[in-house]
Formats: sequence, C-alpha cells, structure tokens
Amino acid sequence: MLKLHYNLEKVSMGLVAAIIFAASIGGIVEIAPLFTIDETVELPDDLRPHTPLELAGREIYIREGCYACHSQMVRSLADELDRYGPYSLASESAYNHPMLWGSKRTGPDLARLGGKYSDDWHVQHLIDPRSVVPASIMPAYPWLDRPLDTGLLRDSLATLARLGVPYDEAMIQAASADAQAQSNPDSDGAEGVIERYGEGVAIRDFDGDTSMLSELDAVVAYLQSLGTLTDTPYEVLAEGGQ
Amino acid sequence: MTQTLSISERKIGFWLAVLLALLGFVMAASARHGVMAAHGFMALALGFGLVFVLGGALFDPEPQQDRSSRYYDAPTRFGIVMTLVWAMIGMGVGVWVAGLLYLPEATPPWPWTSFGRLRPVHTTGIIFGFGGNALIATSFHVLQRTSRARLADNISPWFVLLGFNLFCLWAVTGYMMGSTQSKEYAEAEWYADLWLVVVWVTYFALYIRTLARRAEPHIYVANWYYLAFILVVAMLHIVNNLALPVRWTTAESFPVWSGVQDAMVQWWYGHNAVAFFLTSGFLGMLYYFLPVRSGRPIWSYRLSIVSFWGIVFFYIWVGSHHLHYTALPYWAQTLGMTFSVILLVPSWASAGNAIATLNGAWHKVRDDATLRFMFVAAVFYGLSTFEGSFLAIRPVNSLSHYTDWTVGHVHSGTLGWVAMIVFGAIYTLVPQLSGREAMASPRAVEWHFWLAVGGTLVYVVSMWNAGITQGLMWRAYDENGALSYSFVQSVEAMAPYYLLRTIGGAMFLAGTVICVWNCRATMRTTGGEVTDRPLAPQPAE
Ligand code: HEC
Ligand code: HEM
Repeated sequence: MLKLHYNLEKVSMGLVAAIIFAASIGGIVEIAPLFTIDETVELPDDLRPHTPLELAGREIYIREGCYACHSQMVRSLADELDRYGPYSLASESAYNHPMLWGSKRTGPDLARLGGKYSDDWHVQHLIDPRSVVPASIMPAYPWLDRPLDTGLLRDSLATLARLGVPYDEAMIQAASADAQAQSNPDSDGAEGVIERYGEGVAIRDFDGDTSMLSELDAVVAYLQSLGTLTDTPYEVLAEGGQ
Repeated sequence: MTQTLSISERKIGFWLAVLLALLGFVMAASARHGVMAAHGFMALALGFGLVFVLGGALFDPEPQQDRSSRYYDAPTRFGIVMTLVWAMIGMGVGVWVAGLLYLPEATPPWPWTSFGRLRPVHTTGIIFGFGGNALIATSFHVLQRTSRARLADNISPWFVLLGFNLFCLWAVTGYMMGSTQSKEYAEAEWYADLWLVVVWVTYFALYIRTLARRAEPHIYVANWYYLAFILVVAMLHIVNNLALPVRWTTAESFPVWSGVQDAMVQWWYGHNAVAFFLTSGFLGMLYYFLPVRSGRPIWSYRLSIVSFWGIVFFYIWVGSHHLHYTALPYWAQTLGMTFSVILLVPSWASAGNAIATLNGAWHKVRDDATLRFMFVAAVFYGLSTFEGSFLAIRPVNSLSHYTDWTVGHVHSGTLGWVAMIVFGAIYTLVPQLSGREAMASPRAVEWHFWLAVGGTLVYVVSMWNAGITQGLMWRAYDENGALSYSFVQSVEAMAPYYLLRTIGGAMFLAGTVICVWNCRATMRTTGGEVTDRPLAPQPAE
C-alpha cells in the first residue's frame, strides 16, 4: 500500500483522479436514491402549489433572511409535536425550490403557522415585533408596507413550471392579476384564483389597506399558507396514533 | 503588480481588463436596474481601474532579467492584504449581528442593515473572503516552495485573486440589496456562481501546471490537501448551485432541486464546505507552516497518508447529520451519523500528527506566539472534530440541533482552528515576504494571541450554555404533562449569553485589528528581497 502511494505521489493527475473518485462515492450513494422518491413517496392529491401572491411573499421571506432565524421543519420528536403540530412530511416541500427547512431556531418553527394568528397580528408583528411580544428579539420590518413588484411573477411561475411545479398555462398567464385579486375579495379576478388554486386559498385583504398591493400583503398571505397546502400530515399523525 | 509583469504580459492583462469592463457593461446594460445592474457596474469599475493601471504601465521598463529563477510572491502579498481586509469586514459584521441579537432595537431603519441580510454577509465574507483569500495566497506560496518551481505563469495568479474577490464582493453586496439564493454558504446569485467556476478552473489549471514544473519527484502532503480543496469545492459548488434564472437579465433564479432532494444536496454541500473549504485547505496550511516554523519534520508520513484519504473519503458522507428526525429517509440519516463517528479517526490522526510534530520543540511553543497560534489551532481542530462527531449522534442531535450549541461548535472550529492557523501562517509569511526577520512588533503578536484565545473561549463557552439551556427548555414538561416553557421564555433566557458572545467576539476582533496594524507596519518597512530561491534549474516550458 505504502509503496503504491509512494508512486501515486509522483503523478499529479493520478492524485487528482484518486481524489475525485474517493470524494464521489458518498455523495452518489446518498443522493442518487433520493431521485426515485418521486415514485416511492406519493404526492398527496390535495397538495397545491403556492399562489402567485404567496410565492411573492416567499421571495420576500428569502430576501429578508427570515430563514436565518426560523426553521420550517417539525422533527418527529414528542415536544415538537406538542409545540408546533404534526411532523413535516417530505411531500409537503416537494414543490419548494429551494426548500426552507432552516438550521437555526432563534425564533420558533413556522411550518404549521397558517391560521395560528390573525392577519392584523402578523402586520403589527412584522412592523414592530416588540409591540405585540415585548421580549421579542426579532428585527422590525417597517419597510414592508411598500408596493409589491409583481413584474417578475409570470416568469417566475413559468420557470418553476419548467422545473416540474404544476403551474399550467392559465396560471402563468394570470400570475400578476391573480396576485392582485387574491388580496381583493370583491374584485372580478377573485373567482379565478379559487378556480385555479382551489377552495383552500385565503382570499382577503391581508394588510387592511385595499388601496394598494403591498409587500405586507404578500408576506402575510405566505405566512398564513404555511402548513395549509395539504392536510396529509394531520391524517398521517392521526393514523399513527391509532 | 505591474513591475513584476513583462510588457507583453501587461498587454494581455490590459485586454483582459477591457474584456472585464465589457462584461460589466453588458450586464449593466441588459439588466438596466436592480442587483444585476449594480453588479455590472462593479465589474465595469474594476475593469476600468485595471485598464488604467495596466495601460499606464505599458511603456514602463521590463522587470529584472532573472525573474524566472525566483519565486513569484507578489500575488501572495496581495492575497494576504485581501485576507486581512475581509477579516475586518467579516468579523466586524459578525460582532455587529451578534450585538443585534442582544439589542435588536439597534437596527437602523434601512433594509440592508437588517439581521437576516447581514448574517450571510458575515458567513460569506468570513468563509470565502477571509478563508478563501488566505487559502489561495498561502497555496501559491506553499506550492512554489514544496515544488521548488516558480508559478507556471504570471497572469493567472492575478486573474484568480482578482476574480475571486469580485465574486466575494458580488455575493455580499447582493445580499445587502436583497438578492440571495438562501442556500447556506451558497447564497450568491447564479451569474456570480458561473463566474466562480471560471475562476476556479483557472486556479486548478495553474496548480496543475505548476506541479508539472516541479523539481521534486514527490508531491508534498500540503499540496494533496490544497488539491482536494480545489477539486471537491468545484464539484460541490457546481452541483449545489444548479439553478434556472427567471430571466437572463435578472438576478433571481430558482434552484433545480426541491424539497428533500434540495435538503440533501444542500447539506452534502454545506457540510463539505466545512470539510473541503474550512478543513482540507487549512490542513494543507498546517502541514506546511507548522514544520517550517517549528523546524521539525512531520511526525509520521504514514499517518498523514491515512488521515488524508480518510478525510477525503469519509467526509462526503456526513452531510445528512444536519437532517436528523426530518423528512429525509431514515437510512440516509443513519449513514450520516455512522460516517460522522468514523470520521473522528482520521481527524484525530491529523490533529495528533500535528501535535506530535511539536515534540522536542515545546520550548519554541512557549516562546514564540506564532507557533503557539498553530499549536492552539491543532488543539481546537481536535476538540471541534470530537464535538462534531458527538453532535452527529442522533439523540444528542435532538437536543442540540436548531440551538446555539451548533453556533458554538461552528465557532470553536472557525475561531479556534481556521482563524488561528491563518494567523499563524500570516505571522510566518509576512516578515518573510517583506525580507525581514520578524514582525514589526512581536509584542503585538503576543497581545493578539491572548485576545484571540480569550475571545474564542468566551464565545464558545457562552454558546454552549446558551444552546444546552435552549434545548432543555424546549423539551421540558411539567407534572401535568404540558410544556413548561413558551418559546419566548427560551428567547429571554438567551440574553446574558448573547451579550457575552458579543464581548468574546469583540475581543477576537480587537486581536485582528492589532494583527492588521502589525502586518501593515511590517509590510511598509520592507527590508529587502525575499531570500529563498528555487534550487534546481527550471525545466524549459
Ligand atoms: C433575529 C432572528 C429573527 C429573524 C431574522 C426573523 N425572526 Fe421572526 N421571530 C424571531 C423570534 C425571536 C420570535 C419569537 C418572538 C416573537 O414572537 O416575536 C419570532 C416570531 C415570529 C413569528 C411568530 C411565530 C409564532 O408561532 O409565534 C412569526 C410569524 C415570524 N417570527 C415571522 C418572521 C418573518 C416573516 C421574518 C422575516 C421577514 C422573521 N420572522 C425574521 C426571530 C426572528
Ligand atoms: C469576530 C468573531 C466572530 C463573531 C462575533 C461571529 C458571530 C457570528 C454570529 C452572531 C453568527 C450568527 C449566529 C446565529 O444566527 O445565531 C455567526 C454565524 C456563523 N459564523 Fe461567525 N462570528 C465570528 C467569526 C467567525 C469566523 C472566523 C468564521 C469562519 C472562519 C465564522 C463562521 C460562521 C459560520 C459558518 C456561521 C453560521 C453558523 C450556522 O449556520 O450554524 N464566524 N457568527
């Protein structure tokens, strides 16, 4: 062995090849099988992708680095089930490019957040967290009341569709109109949002200001959608408990 | 830079700079507004700057004739200066965000100063800016010395260094302007990622071409580690960053991976960024500078072979220990855990080899703060790899994951190991490059050493306490079977530790400031030429 290595040290390209070989095995063994997961893990029938408004909120969540303090992955541990709710399933994030499981809980997990608080609470909390939770160390986001830029939404949906997220042509075409309509229940477009994304979608004015579609609308719509895109985790947990 | 280049090289450099300016112009013009346009302008400005510098020197005299019989150290000098610049930025931002967690009200009302945007500025600035520049700069030095050959050409080292720093600048300014891929340690935009691939291929080619000119039959251990760093980082970077831009003219993109696959790819990347960026290259540094400084050969050649291949082979498997109890399939978690524990063997073999090398030189460790930096680095390397293997065990991880224990672990590695070995290398290199016997102020090195060790201990101990407290509070039940603490109570309990961490970080930063001052003073009073020369005649190219 030692002799072999003694010779290997004299051939730079040999060393290069050996390094690449040794460093490839682990990755291939662990990652490759996951691509058969599409066949082995069934996607729930009721799983829907994010609406354009929620997607815009998700992009803001990423932009502001909320993921640096919040996870979205409830682990299968007793205290986490009690604190947050059913543990997260692989299928729930199947449409998430990228996933936002997170690695640090400076703040609580948000995977089961949808419906926990009112829209007003979220608006107040984002603008000034310490006005609702005095001991909070979450940063304030007073600038989120600015208008939402919907210019990129159509291309975003189209890009995601190319990556396999089930956005159809109608959804892509209507992307920015749907974003407007979702926060405007009285508008003509509201029907269309339900038609395209299902009954489960919340259609209301999230930030309490109908005159303008703001970034707050998007973020709150996104936060309220967390954990509501499918009911499967609740069913899985109930079955497991029997 | 320009005096060391021949006139024809300056011409090539000039045209490369024109190309860079053009690239920047095209980016800015096609994006028109937003982050990509701003980044186009940065490339344009850098290109213009270089056009002026190189263009202005086109008619200056040629460099001395015996250039090829000397080592090429100007790029190393520049790399070290950039290392120090990024150290100040990265650690400064680190202390700032640490402070924000104690006093969030201190956040100014501008979006770019918000915690979530500055945290990746800290991690990218420090890992890539500080760590990356240190690796590139020292690798040029070590490669030439251990091969007894001059770098294969005079332009590509500059291309690598300037290109790499442009990448870092794009990355951190992008986050502040709100553009990020959100993948930890891989947050930079798609075009920055592509740019890094170009830089990296040039780096690899330069390395291999220089090795090909070596006058030593054997490739020294340090180079194996640097090579592993270059190769595997390329592999990780490309796979993890595969993404589809929303438009060719915007910074936004979506990664091709989603859900579980994305999580696995991300942590395969994330943990091996630790392994091949923050460990392998720095072990290369250790294997060169420790023997040089202590005047003793590496204790065991055999052990160095075993630990090298152990690290290259086993590390790749461990990423999934970041995903215990998650939706990742159980077998993948188990593999990650098992290999993490096995990894302790080659890790301790490396640390032990380094420490055993100091046998017979302990009086030097006592008297020489530079050598002490390297010794402490090896000790912390051993400690944090032990902690890492421990944290990877599933039940331990159930307590530590998501808490500040992880942050404590990370910094025992990065402050105690990575930063210490870099400082050891810098204090060895800077006097040598300046043609001097010693640093301008040896006393300042001593001060830096104690501030760094003290700061690291305060930081790490406070984060251990923070993390374990958090973990225990989250899982505590009262006698009625209800959770004892609300989340916010666990947040409140962190305040004293976050304050302590900020103080520890500030001590560490203070040491760095002293180092920067000392290096500047040393480099300014250059004593003369670098004295060592390649011994063997150069093979003709
Ligand atoms: C510095 C870390 C930090 C960042 C960054 C951060 N948060 Fe928080 N967040 C916290 C902490 C701590 C709490 C718990 C105290 C509280 O409720 O304010 C919290 C609580 C929350 C809650 C309430 C969760 C619950 O179940 O009670 C929501 C919702 C939330 N954050 C959303 C966000 C969003 C959206 C962003 C990005 C725009 C964000 N956070 C960024 C630290 C952070
Ligand atoms: C001046 C000294 C430093 C201070 C004050 C500091 C502070 C911080 C803070 C506050 C965080 C965020 C933790 C959180 O989110 O709770 C962090 C994260 C991080 N830092 Fe540092 N840091 C310092 C030096 C370094 C160095 C030298 C390195 C690497 C060479 C480094 C690498 C990292 C990494 C990788 C993370 C991410 C950890 C994770 O995701 O778990 N830091 N640091």
